[in-house]
Amino acid sequence: MHTSSTLVLVIAVFAASLVEMVEALTIVVASGVSRGWRSALEGAAAALVVLGLLVVVVGVPLIRYIPIDALRVIVGALLLVLGLSWLRKAILRASGHKDPHDEDLIYAETVAELGEEPPEDERARGRDGVGFAVAFKGVFLEGTEVVLIVVSLGAAQHRLGLAALAAAVAAVLVAIVGVVVARQLSEVPENTIKTVVGVMLTSFGVFWVGEGAGVHWPGSDLAIPVLVGFFVVVFFAFTAYMRTLLPGSATETSAPSGTSAPSGTSAPSGTTAP
Amino acid sequence: MTAIGRAVRAFALFWWDFLVGDTPELALATGAIVGLAFLLAGQRVVGAVLLPLVAAGFLFISTFRGRRRAPRS
Repeated sequence: MHTSSTLVLVIAVFAASLVEMVEALTIVVASGVSRGWRSALEGAAAALVVLGLLVVVVGVPLIRYIPIDALRVIVGALLLVLGLSWLRKAILRASGHKDPHDEDLIYAETVAELGEEPPEDERARGRDGVGFAVAFKGVFLEGTEVVLIVVSLGAAQHRLGLAALAAAVAAVLVAIVGVVVARQLSEVPENTIKTVVGVMLTSFGVFWVGEGAGVHWPGSDLAIPVLVGFFVVVFFAFTAYMRTLLPGSATETSAPSGTSAPSGTSAPSGTTAP
Repeated sequence: MTAIGRAVRAFALFWWDFLVGDTPELALATGAIVGLAFLLAGQRVVGAVLLPLVAAGFLFISTFRGRRRAPRS
């Protein structure tokens, strides 16, 4: 296995884990501030343990029992779904068609939802079920995507340990910075990182699907950096084009209303993203 | 419905939402790329050129569908 694909693997997993853990940290901090730190931290730790078990329970059998070519097609397909989805959101955000991810807003909304004090008996015990559940759910849901990426990339290259380590280092880094600054990390350029991860996942997805199906890539693994370069160009080209379609932009206003939309796709703005 | 049935349904719905959600065209894209890859098995240049182009094409369609639109007057 070439160094280039290993490097791309580490960067992709590290960046994906970093950005998802920043989002998880926002929910944990909101839970800790609103309902007490003990329950929030216990919920986050429990979710991390479950996620770690998932990597072992799903990842190890994948490597041991599924033929490598079939495995590459399966994980390539999974990476393609995730990568194209991340890249789509990144293009929509960069071109102004979707609001950027805002940790401050998510923090404020979560604190407002959790605003009530925990019941007297739970406060006396130092534990709060709601705080635990919210922190657990936040870390688990954000981490599921990371687990999929770790298992997919790690299994396809037989580097599950390295992929898991890269994800764990990012999670620990976010946790340390979170403890030091004791607040959500709204300064992290999440949208940029998500773009990088989207490009890498899509590149790996196309590569592994082709490799597993029997397509011969010129240069073997060296095709991966070429694919990364191609999807970077695609990202910038699509973003530039999508900017011209923003309502109110010169190109859009000069066209007759509704002519640019294919039939059946006239969803109102804001309905396209989960 | 039994507890197991509900759990299975919830599990399936979670993964459906996670992998397909509101962008079914991307799931379709993945299926198309996998199918195309098998059709091009053994090819060298054609496969290496077509697969990323098809991925980019579906990405463009999906992104175009997700654009903000001016309110109809």
